[in-house]
Amino acid sequence: MAEQQKLSIISMSGDFDKVIAVFTLASGAAAVGYQVNIFFTFWGLNSIKKVTGRSFIGSGFMARFFNFLLGGRKNLPLSRLNFGGLSPILMTGMMKGKNVATLEELFDASKALKVNFYACEMAMHVLGLGREDFIPEVKDVLGVASFLELSKGGQTLFI
Amino acid sequence: MSTYNLDITRERCPMTFVKAKLHLEQLEPGDTTEILLTAGEPLDNVPRTATEQGYQVLESIHVRDNIHKLIIRKP
Repeated sequence: MAEQQKLSIISMSGDFDKVIAVFTLASGAAAVGYQVNIFFTFWGLNSIKKVTGRSFIGSGFMARFFNFLLGGRKNLPLSRLNFGGLSPILMTGMMKGKNVATLEELFDASKALKVNFYACEMAMHVLGLGREDFIPEVKDVLGVASFLELSKGGQTLFI
Repeated sequence: MSTYNLDITRERCPMTFVKAKLHLEQLEPGDTTEILLTAGEPLDNVPRTATEQGYQVLESIHVRDNIHKLIIRKP
């Protein structure tokens, strides 16, 4: 067998379409044998929150307010033409109708294929979030230096 | 030794590869499986990645139209 290739993705956007791109690339790469790492930072953290809808989580009034507005994986907005959250629902329906994997299916596939999830320590601190606010599949909480170390020698994408 | 089957002709990227990978992972050494897939991206890449991951692609058969069947064995 050839030496394992590696893909590392920095997931910063909390937009529905960009998060779909993250999990499409992650699950596809893991399926063809890549080691895949995703480093979730700022709005990207929304997709790995334990709570998938809007909830006052985090420490501090401002953080709790922000996290309520941001929500979780099931209320991510489309980057364009969001129409108050209607478009992601319509888009998910279109994807199902055309037999294309939905965000939840891509997310579950990424977990099943053992994609490595990492959370950004600094962004968690700003948003008042702790490790307990994230799904248990999050492997570690990292900073830039550790992420660079684990992505070394592979391809890196910023989404 | 068991024989399995998987039909990914209705799947789209990346689920074609995801389902193939998860399916192959459940094989025990000596097991074979038949995977139905379409020409193009799945037929180009599923046998290649299966070979890279140590499986043996025993046969690639044209079934009809753009549908093909792969017979894969876990050594």
